[in-house]
Order: sequence, then C-alpha cells, then structure tokens
Amino acid sequence: MKLHTLSRSWLAGLTAVTLGASVLFGPAHAAAPPTDEVMTTGLAVTDDTVKVGILHSLTGTMAISETGSIQAEKLAIKQINEQGGILGRQIEYTVEDGASDWPTFAEKARKLLQGDKVATVFGCWTSASRKAVLPVFEQNNGLLYYPTFYEGLEQSKNVFYTGQEATQQILAALNWANEELGAKSFYLVGSDYIWPRTSMKIARTHIEKHLGGRVVGEDYYPLGNTQFGSLINKIKLKRPDLVFAAVVGGSNVAWFKQLKAAGMTAERMPMLTISVTEDEVLGIGKQNVEGFYSSMKYFQSLDIPSNKEFVAAFKKEYGQDAVIGDVTESAYLGPWLWKRAVEKAGSFDVDKVVAASDNMEWKEGMPHGYTKVDPNHHLWMRTRIGQWGSDGQAKVVWESDVIEPNPFPEGY
Amino acid sequence: MGDFTAQELTAIFVMQGFSGLSLFCVFLLMALGLAIIFGQMGVINMAHGEFLTLGAYITYLVSYQAAEWGATALTWYFPVAIVAAFIGTFALGYLVERFMIRYLYNRPLDTLLATWGLGLILQQVFRSIFGPREKTVTMPDWLLGSYRATDMIDIPLNGLFILVITLVLTLALFALLYRSRWGIKVRATTQNRGMANAAGINTDRVDRMTFALGCGIAGVAGAAFTTIASTGPTTGSLYIVDTFLVVVFGGAASLLGTVVSAFGIAQSQSILSFFWSGSMAKVFTLLTVVVILMLRPQGLFASKVRR
Repeated sequence: MKLHTLSRSWLAGLTAVTLGASVLFGPAHAAAPPTDEVMTTGLAVTDDTVKVGILHSLTGTMAISETGSIQAEKLAIKQINEQGGILGRQIEYTVEDGASDWPTFAEKARKLLQGDKVATVFGCWTSASRKAVLPVFEQNNGLLYYPTFYEGLEQSKNVFYTGQEATQQILAALNWANEELGAKSFYLVGSDYIWPRTSMKIARTHIEKHLGGRVVGEDYYPLGNTQFGSLINKIKLKRPDLVFAAVVGGSNVAWFKQLKAAGMTAERMPMLTISVTEDEVLGIGKQNVEGFYSSMKYFQSLDIPSNKEFVAAFKKEYGQDAVIGDVTESAYLGPWLWKRAVEKAGSFDVDKVVAASDNMEWKEGMPHGYTKVDPNHHLWMRTRIGQWGSDGQAKVVWESDVIEPNPFPEGY
Repeated sequence: MGDFTAQELTAIFVMQGFSGLSLFCVFLLMALGLAIIFGQMGVINMAHGEFLTLGAYITYLVSYQAAEWGATALTWYFPVAIVAAFIGTFALGYLVERFMIRYLYNRPLDTLLATWGLGLILQQVFRSIFGPREKTVTMPDWLLGSYRATDMIDIPLNGLFILVITLVLTLALFALLYRSRWGIKVRATTQNRGMANAAGINTDRVDRMTFALGCGIAGVAGAAFTTIASTGPTTGSLYIVDTFLVVVFGGAASLLGTVVSAFGIAQSQSILSFFWSGSMAKVFTLLTVVVILMLRPQGLFASKVRR
C-alpha cells in the first residue's frame, strides 16, 4: 500500500489529458474507462466518481465500538482516492447512522441501495445489525463488507466478512493455551447473546473432544451487567487453569476492574479473552488488563512494515492518541478488498466483483500480513496471542500459521 | 459441594457475603437519590442515570487534572472528585427543577417523558463532549487490588470504599430527613402540601432542594462507581432499571423500604448467581419481585401519605 500523493485536481487534469493521449499510448495509463463499460446495473457511477455507503452506529450504545471502524473506512477511501481512485473514479461516500437499532440499520441499508444506488457498503458491527440488513442486501443484490470478528454460521453471496469467524479465533488460541500454558481445566465466561454463546459452544467442544481438557464452569451474564462478585468467587472455588472470556461493552470494564479488585491478577488466574482489543483497553484501563491474553488477528504493535505505515497514517489522520483495534483494522481492509476486486473485474457490477474476489491474495501489504479471500467470502489469516502490557499495547507472544476460514465447522 | 474443604467453604461464604454486601451498596447508592425524588416528590426522574453519568465524568475530569499535577495529586484526588461530582450534579439538578420539573408537577406522565428526553439529550451531550468511547479513570493505588485476609479470602478495596461511602451517605440522609429542620419541612410537604404551605413552609424551595439533593447523590454514586465499572455516555442506563426496581419494590415513599429492598434484591441476586448463571439469577430475581408486587402493590414498606 504505497501512497502516491496525487492531488485530485491534478488527477482530473491528468484524466483530461490522457483521455486523448490514451489512444496513442495504449491502455496502460487510461484513467477512466467509459461508464457504460464498467457498470451495467444502474449503480451511482459517473465518469469520474463512484458512490459508496458507510453504515454504522454514530449514536446509541454501539457508537463506542463502531467509531473506529468508520475512521478506518474513511482513511482507506481517502488513501485510495489519493492513489487515483478506482478505475479512474474518485470514491464518494455517504455515511448513514444505524443508531444502534437493528430495524434502523435495515431501513438505512435499503435507502443506500435503492435510493443512493451505492456500489458497495462498508458497515455493520454487531451480528444483530448484520442479520437485519442481510435480506436487504440479498434482495437488492447489494454488496457489504462486514468488519467484526463474529460467530460464523453465515455465508452470503452479498457479504464479505473481513474479520475472523469463531473457529479461526478460538481453536488456535485454545491449542496454544493447552500447549504453552499447560491449561487442562477451563472456565468459560461470556455476555449473554449469540456471539459469546456460539463461541463458547465451539470452545467447549474443542476442549473436551480435541484437547482432552475439562470445562469446570460456564457462565453468561446479561449485557450491561456490572456485578461480577459471585462469578469471581465461583472461579476462585473451581480453580481452573485458564479463564476463557467473551464479555463485551460496559460489562467488560466492570469485569476487569472487579477481577483486579478481587486480587485475581494475571499471575494468579491466567485469562484469555476474545473480546478485548486496543479499543476496549481504553475503557477498561491499562492497569486492569496488564498480563492478560487476547486472541486476535491484529494488534496495533504488530511488527510488519505495512502495519507501521497504517498506524502512522491513522495517527496522522486522527491524532497521536488514537488506538487501533482488531475490528478497526478489519474495517480498513474492506475498501482495499473491494478496490482490487473491482479492478480485477474491470467493473463495478456486484456479480462481477463477487466473482473476481475469489482467491484474491495478498502476501504482504495488509497491516495484519497474509490475506486470502476464500470462495466462502471469509479471509485466510493468522491468529495471534497478545499479552497486554502496562502501556496498553499487546505484545505478541505467539502466532499461528495461516488459518483457513471455516464458518460452518462440522462436529461443533 | 463435597469436593471442598471446610476452610474453602468458609472462605467462599465470607467472600460471597461480602459480594452480596457490595451489590447492596451499589443498589442503595443508586436508589437513595431516586427514592427521595420519587418518594418525597412523586417525580419519576428518568434522567437519574444521566446524573450518575455526569458524576462519573466529573470524576474523570478531576482524575485527568490530577494526573497532570503529578503522583501526589493522583493519590489523593478521589475525595475531591466526589465532592466535585456532588456539587456539579446538585447544580444541574437545581437548574433542571427550576426550569423544567416545576412546570410539570401533578402531571406524572409528562414528567416521565420530559425527564426521559432530558436523559437522551444529556447522553448526546456527553457523547459530543467526551466522545462515544469509554474513558479510563486512573485509580489511586489505595483503591486497587484487595486485602488478602487469608490465602483464600480477598476483600476488594474498592468494595470496602463503596461500603464506607454508602454508609456515610445513608446515615447523613437519614439525619437530614429525620433530625434537621429541613427534613421536617420535606416530610411536612410530602405528607400534606397545602397544610405545609399554610404553615409557612416554602414548598417550592423545598421541592427544588429535594430534587437537587437527589441528583447530587446520584452524582456521588457515579463517582463511586468509576471504581468498579465503566465511564461512558450510556453508563447511567446500565443502572436505571435496577434502581427503579429497588425503589418501587421498597415502597415509593419510604427510605427505610429502599434500604431493605436493596438488601433483599442484592442478596438474592448475589446468592442465586453463585449457584446459577448470571442471566438466570436476574430472571428469577425479577420474577420474584413481580410476584411480590402483584400481592403487595404498595411495595414492602408503605407509608401513610395524604395525596
């Protein structure tokens, strides 16, 4: 992702010149192929622009989480535009607010697809919002790039999932805990909704069938629960080798603060979570997460050249204090995945873009490293275990091989 | 529980007792402010959670400032933050009563809607000022970690701290209501507004102070809760349902009822979630409260009030 700093007006001039010149110099620098060639399905594409949608919660409970995704998507779009856009067209975006309300998400998706005729949408965060917009995207043959790591068990022609599905995030992490920490007994803790429950179901099966371990307890607390005293006592009594946690939102903050207060430090009770990224650490507080482990595909501290570029660009755009979590990075991937697929297809038409996406591969260039688009619309990538330090950043202690996405795991 | 030694069981019993006690303190701290507003004035303040959030954010601001000043300030800022949270929320409460609530007395549904709207506005204001992400309030060392009584028993320091605040605040409130001249005026206004007016009590002023005081207590609760939970624009809404539950269950106009109801709900929830999963404990507690309220709609402690 080398950034060329072409200004837009300069580019427009270049386009005008090359329109004539391309006849002489061949198609290598032909900036913009004619619109009727690159789009046949009534999308909002003109000779020099293409319209896309960004659909996230700007207000309501989920705004906390979705802010980073919006920032990443805008940054990627800006960078692509600076490089000359897609098929010679500058990307213009419309931001819609799903307001943390699932029917609103569906309504806004319909507006983007039917009203604005956007070529693609980057958006959604919770599974509930994705499930709400899914039929809208399928009926209108729209295209959605969805950033969050999620529970799997879904696959749609119209959606690309740029985060990890549950098996990618969980299985390798549990293997690691088993081999490196010697964990045999596990305590599973989650917020009470579909993602933690599905994840824990997968975790339990893997622990019992493949690791020969034991699950000594499994507990779910309502979203927004702020009292974990009884749970912490139960964990103390059962003395598992490892606590495996997927607590989210405001609850997550309470969970870590109360663990710390109960003297359950990382040395006394190792914990591996699948719901703490750099974003969450901001709210939980560095002092409370120190020493615990997270399983993610991406950490801000990753020592990869393309990540250093990404972090620098992100901080330049949003300030030196900005942090980048796993989902923020996934959101950043969306526009780049779409760009390459459109260019490969030579068209903005959804069917052609989808067909061109299969098996696209990045050996390097993506902030998290190797990436490949599986025909099941999920990504091949590595899983990493990061240990949180006192500076609020994770140190990668272990890295898996590239893992194939398997959204419909058999036997789980 | 056959696998555990007597020592382990004792330790768990002690810690479980303390965990129930902490929960009781959290409930009581939330509910006190609401109880005097709802109980004494009959106003349903849906924005109560946002006053709590405001208290939490004021604590955040003070901690932020203290971090600039250095380590000593960071160690001792917390009491200052609590006072600041009280003053800030008290002042806002005073203004809200002066410019909004007073026009809506005797119109319970309108107050409900108006305060709910106020809550939404405040949430969005918080979001605009502090951003949608949660803030970290840096804790002084003496509030972190636990006191290890034995190998098994850890007493959380922040739990102890909240216990002390709750105790002080509750006693102060009882003293204020039942041992001071202002308390007499409040109770007189509650029992018979017309008569109190006739006796020369400025009931408008009493109302304003009562409302502001209730909001101030919410602010203190918000400050205290930064030690155990999150500080974000919607933090207050995490507590509001439980708060109403405690107040209604206790019997709206009775402060003692609020205390007893907070204790009952907290202990049952704490014990149930030890033997059951957290979600089931919540469901069962709610069911029990619903059933009891069906049999006893006035709540646990009903006080005789002339409406």
